[in-house]
Amino acid sequence: MPPIVSVRDLTKSYAGGFTALDGVSLDIEEGEIIALLGPNGAGKTTLISTICGITMPSGGAVEVGGHDVVRDWRKARDMIGLVPQEIALEPFSTVWNNVRFTRGLFDRPRDDAHLERLLRDLSLWDKRDAKVMELSGGMKRRVLIAKALSHEPKILFLDEPTAGVDVELRKDMWRVVERLRGEGVTIILTTHYIEEAEAIADRIGVISKGRIMLVERTEELMARLGRKELRIELAEPVAELPQSLRREGLVRAEDGSALIYTYDTHAERTGITALLADIQAAGLQLTDLSTSNSSLEEIFVGLVKEDAA
Amino acid sequence: MNLGAVTAIYKAEMARFFRTLLQSFISPVISTSLYFVVFGSAIGSRMDRVEGVEYAAFIIPGLIMLSVMTQATSNASFAIYFPKFIGTIYEYLSSPISFLEVTLGFVGAAATKALFIGLVILGTSFLFVDFTILHPVSMLAFLVLTCISFSLLGFIIGIWAKNFEQLQLIPLLVITPLVFLGGSFYSISMLPPAWQIVTRFNPVVYLISGFRWSFFGQADVSIGVSLAAIGLFTAICLGIIWLIFRTGWRIRS
Repeated sequence: MPPIVSVRDLTKSYAGGFTALDGVSLDIEEGEIIALLGPNGAGKTTLISTICGITMPSGGAVEVGGHDVVRDWRKARDMIGLVPQEIALEPFSTVWNNVRFTRGLFDRPRDDAHLERLLRDLSLWDKRDAKVMELSGGMKRRVLIAKALSHEPKILFLDEPTAGVDVELRKDMWRVVERLRGEGVTIILTTHYIEEAEAIADRIGVISKGRIMLVERTEELMARLGRKELRIELAEPVAELPQSLRREGLVRAEDGSALIYTYDTHAERTGITALLADIQAAGLQLTDLSTSNSSLEEIFVGLVKEDAA
Repeated sequence: MNLGAVTAIYKAEMARFFRTLLQSFISPVISTSLYFVVFGSAIGSRMDRVEGVEYAAFIIPGLIMLSVMTQATSNASFAIYFPKFIGTIYEYLSSPISFLEVTLGFVGAAATKALFIGLVILGTSFLFVDFTILHPVSMLAFLVLTCISFSLLGFIIGIWAKNFEQLQLIPLLVITPLVFLGGSFYSISMLPPAWQIVTRFNPVVYLISGFRWSFFGQADVSIGVSLAAIGLFTAICLGIIWLIFRTGWRIRS
């Protein structure tokens, strides 16, 4: 089956000389969820904007459903729903009218039942007659999602959908995404959070400085990146590591008030149980435990080093 | 043709108008009444008839044109500037709609509003002056064409403007003087000969002249020239809008 979105050698340069996209090629299969990871300014939003018709490409080509986005723009855009990163909504209009308006722009016949289900799914039904300007930031973001889905697109772009969003909305959003996945909708999302990409995406693309560094199946990428840090806060700082605790991956934090243990989540044995037992045997008092994934920045550094090697 | 989109834009823009219906209705009524008090009664009582028409009646076409031109321009320019300002322009750019459809929706709504205000002023005029309209069909045609062409001009200004100051600049600096120098309140023949030549380059002269001919059957320039002038003006505006969308100027980076 041909890819539903096909990006070929896409470049985008601005008049000032800045190159936002530097030869991006990417095929997206119908029905998959792909996450684009990258730091700020990597070109994620420019890539989405160019596919959706907001930005004109400087070079290369994009096809959506086999339609070139520049020459055959009407058919290409007809398939796409877009949730932008910045909240931008007509403030004086109601939630209901905002959503109906978008459906109208896509020339779909009136379908109040579909819009009602959409608003209910996004916990917006009670607010349907409220003016957008009266809503909280989280609610406005829900309206953006409802608008993007109002015309039943085959492809949905979510540009950093969870930036500054509370847990409830995140849950609602992922529930909607799951349902869309079931309906065969292709979803492209950008994010800073590797956990988010891992939880939801079939494939992950890493983008940096306007280039796609890699695109891999999520499981494969996570296996490469599965290192976590365990931070153990101590009641009393230790001047040096007791002999019984010395092992690979364990270091003393700056002032000795905590220990940091780096381990591989995919290893058969992480060594955490043994470590905690040894800490107890050594008579150290714990005040807190926390774990964290390698940050995206660290992942990039790792990837770039790997590629160079 | 994406008629659904045209309707959606038109309805949304008209909804904005109806939210402020009272203001939209009252302000032209008040300003027209004031014009009649000042120009019609206070000054007009000391003036001769102009080309056989009582002065208070003579100024009606000009008054309507003055409001319609400024309203059409400011409505249309604000309508397209606002989405740029708040960022909702992304929706128009990523939807399956062409420049023609976007323009139809916005300009159609702005022209409708201007037409409404023009008719309100016309209605108010009947309260102050006794007059008849000799060529009502032609009067309506000139009114509608003016609403459309100046909405197109406003649409261009709204796309061009980068801030609210620029949005006000053209209406204040260009349109208001052109309308005042366009024979709204006097006949061109009343001007000194040198100024009569200057006014030949003012497009508004042709609009007001043609419009006044529809009322009273007399004009500064022939009706055919008036029609040609407004046709040309509309065509130029359409051409500029076509170019803007083709190149994405100030809209699509």
